Amino acid sequence: MTSLLVLTVVVLLGIAVWQLTKIFDLTQIGAKKDNSEIANDNDNNVNGYLMFAFLVFIYLTTIYCVVKFGDLPLMSNPASEHGADYDNLMWISMVLIFVVQTITQALLHYFAFKYRGKQGNKALYFADNDKLEFIWTIIPVIVLAGLILYGLYAWTNIMFVDEEEDVMYVELYGKQFSWEARYAGKDNTLGKANVRYIEGVNTLGVDMSDPNSQDDKQVTEIHLPVGKKVVFKIRSQDVLHSAYFPHFRAQMNAVPGMVTQFAFTPTMTTDQMRNTPEMVEKVARINKIRAAKSQELVAAGKTALDPYTFDYLLLCNKICGPSHFNMQMKVIVESEADYKKWLSVQPLLSRTVSEAKAKEAPATDATVPAVKMETVKVDTTKVVAQVK
Amino acid sequence: MSAAGHDLSHDHGHDHEHHHKDTFITKYIFSIDHKMIAKQYLITGLIMGIIGVMMSLLFRMQIAWPEESFGIFKFLLGEKFAPGGVMRNDIYLALVTIHGTIMVFFVLTAGLSGTFSNLLIPLQIGARDMASGFMNMISYWLFFVSTIIMLCSLFVESGPASAGWTIYPPLSALPQAIPGSGTGMTLWLVSMAVFIASSLMGSLNYVVTVINLRTKGMSMTRLPLTVWAFFVTAIIGIVSFPVLLSAALLLIFDRSFGTSFYLSDIFISGEVLHYQGGSPVLFEHLFWFLGHPEVYIVLLPALGITSEIIATNSRKPIFGYRAMIASILAIAFLSTIVWGHHMFISGMNPFLGSVFTFTTLLIAIPSAVKAFNYITTLWKGNLQLNPAMLFSIGLVSTFITGGLTGIILGDSTLDINVHDTYFVVAHFHLVMGISALYGFFAGVYHWFPKMFGRMMNKNLGYIHFWITAVCAYGVFFPMHFIGMAGLPRRYYTNTAFPLFDDLADVNVLITMFALVGAAFQIVFIWNFFYSIFYGKKAEQNPWKSNTLEWTTPVEHIHGNWPGEIPHVHRWAYDYSKPGHDDDFVPQTVPYKDGEEKLHH
Repeated sequence: MTSLLVLTVVVLLGIAVWQLTKIFDLTQIGAKKDNSEIANDNDNNVNGYLMFAFLVFIYLTTIYCVVKFGDLPLMSNPASEHGADYDNLMWISMVLIFVVQTITQALLHYFAFKYRGKQGNKALYFADNDKLEFIWTIIPVIVLAGLILYGLYAWTNIMFVDEEEDVMYVELYGKQFSWEARYAGKDNTLGKANVRYIEGVNTLGVDMSDPNSQDDKQVTEIHLPVGKKVVFKIRSQDVLHSAYFPHFRAQMNAVPGMVTQFAFTPTMTTDQMRNTPEMVEKVARINKIRAAKSQELVAAGKTALDPYTFDYLLLCNKICGPSHFNMQMKVIVESEADYKKWLSVQPLLSRTVSEAKAKEAPATDATVPAVKMETVKVDTTKVVAQVK
Repeated sequence: MSAAGHDLSHDHGHDHEHHHKDTFITKYIFSIDHKMIAKQYLITGLIMGIIGVMMSLLFRMQIAWPEESFGIFKFLLGEKFAPGGVMRNDIYLALVTIHGTIMVFFVLTAGLSGTFSNLLIPLQIGARDMASGFMNMISYWLFFVSTIIMLCSLFVESGPASAGWTIYPPLSALPQAIPGSGTGMTLWLVSMAVFIASSLMGSLNYVVTVINLRTKGMSMTRLPLTVWAFFVTAIIGIVSFPVLLSAALLLIFDRSFGTSFYLSDIFISGEVLHYQGGSPVLFEHLFWFLGHPEVYIVLLPALGITSEIIATNSRKPIFGYRAMIASILAIAFLSTIVWGHHMFISGMNPFLGSVFTFTTLLIAIPSAVKAFNYITTLWKGNLQLNPAMLFSIGLVSTFITGGLTGIILGDSTLDINVHDTYFVVAHFHLVMGISALYGFFAGVYHWFPKMFGRMMNKNLGYIHFWITAVCAYGVFFPMHFIGMAGLPRRYYTNTAFPLFDDLADVNVLITMFALVGAAFQIVFIWNFFYSIFYGKKAEQNPWKSNTLEWTTPVEHIHGNWPGEIPHVHRWAYDYSKPGHDDDFVPQTVPYKDGEEKLHH
């Protein structure tokens, strides 16, 4: 069936070409009969007007795209502190680009239309003009100097983290094809880790002999307290990944063999973001699409799609293997209290590891893990106490 | 023309007279004639182009209609790569990878540069052939071998290379990570190594030829801008391609001999690998040290071709000849110190990011100069809107549209959120893909009479241009917006993220434009092959051009000029010069008394 469809399309295209050639041929009627395959006045005329039409086409495409896609909510509502700066710089650059694009395309296509050739016309012999060259060298220089300075200022603010600041550390860990995360615990220091320590439930390869590791917590969903700067320490287990948080205007590659970092301060909780008018509108639009698709699916005897609710996401944005397209983790931004409550119920990594070891260990050796479990228990209560 | 005619009538001293008859093999296959080698490059590049574009259509269909079953997938990819007509997710990545590789290296580097550098350098500087015809032949045949190896990799059981055309390790190094990184990747690396050898031989030849074999009177400041562009392109190639070769060799070492240049601390499919101490970031540096100049290796020849065609068809001197040369040189220099803008978020020291932002945005200055000079050349011209001219104007248009978004991507801050999204895809396809392709088409339409002695059909050319122009914008313009909406590139399907559901119809639209645009390339292919055999016979100088290639006879001969090589008396752009009856004054015409002299 599809082949038939493709065949039909090809045939129709062939007919279209044939007809178009005929139209072009017809435009030749009345022109001086020449078939030299070199543009004559008539060709210049037709194509000159088409140049002008093309300019209109470019403008219409631009306007259509800006109206239809220009307010995609991802481009407004930054959810992080530096996101406001980022969006500001983006807007400035966009407006600049838009202005330059509009003017230069207009000149280019208008000249192509205006000065379309005519037999007997002679072009102006105009080979050099230092003043003009100077003008269009110096204008980009000035404009770019401004952009570079603003850009570098923002870049420095984003990338260089003041370690003195009150920040929290979270480890992001990428592997084919999922993300995991580790919280630093009450000492706010992540224990050492290397893939060579990976064993059983210790999937992050945390060095359990490091004292800093004892209070670390491994999770599969990130929760962040709103308004607190979080420094992500990013690792990879196997190939390159990229930790991409589009809503927070944040991205950094995960590189096997090294620890990279990116820091941002979330400014909007998940609930707040869900309730912004733009997001409400976007979610409604998506759900309309999903509902329509579900109807089709149900009709075909398949299961319907779930309705969509907005959540911040962490995506993988560096090609990492066959299932690269589905490597994601939910990110939840919430109040400080909610965050602490959530963290307190997450199990300690040291405890999970020792429990797993206990299960494996022979029955005669039962006392050793029991002791470990006790110390672990103490840790948990401490964390809970701290939260309270 | 009188002087040229005078020179040609001096038919003594045929220093390149044949002492033997050409057999089919020495004429069409193992030819050392630069014109034949140019044609070989052109045809090979065209075939690779058809394959590369077909691949893009396949994966575009998968993005628009994710995981649907298509008869064409089953037919082209087979039951193994597309079970039940549904494309496998790693095969999707393989198609993306090979599409990129073929288009960037085989079509836009070898197909474009190889064709026009070979054809035009000797003809436009007034040389009988390349400095080394033999090396030129080897260069083509190495290129041919590399394309064959690359095509063979498509038939490997585990699939062709699928780590993206940038082949970042560890993904490209470990078959456990993706099946394509097995034999497919090995063949990719071998093919590229051969390709680089071919490219270097070609480049060395171009540089030596331009420096040594210019005819009498052809000073560097009288060279057509095409030759300037090819010359500088060749230099960039010589500087940067060896670095890619070393990157590929080290990767081969890591893959096959257990070294750890790029690999460290890897745990995959349940075991820790022995690699320690290497870094993928090193590979990224080496790769982009070629990868970025590569953009200009692709683009500069197209810009050179455009300069020549715009001047000829505007019947005006190219505006700001010296500024054009200066900007070519500035772009060439800057292009070698901006590679880090591909790596702002690679984990490289952010301070380096600042430096690369600075150097990258500087490139906008010579680029702006070039764009404005093109526009000024059109001003008050007498534009002959031949198909070649349309494609050249189209090139300036896409070069501006695509170049402007470079201001966003070159800015490390803004790159954070659009890096590796469709915004990037849109940017580089417009600024180097479509622009260079337009340069390629412009060159073919313009120099077809020189290559084959016949004319291409202009009406088919017009149809080809206008539909291509509309479709190219239709494909790549909306892509900017889905990129800004955060859609990552190289996703097999976007259905895993309901967040992107409202972009699905944009993707369908893009694919539609791509299918129509690609289908209409058949018009060009047909026009091309039909005209080779049945096109109208060309006259010697159909476009009334000033440059030397049009002083050679229509029928190709070894050594290009039957008599003495013509002497050059002026620059290449004396169009519509006051005081001359014709609106063009070929380079072979001496100055009249008291005539204003430009660029001597």
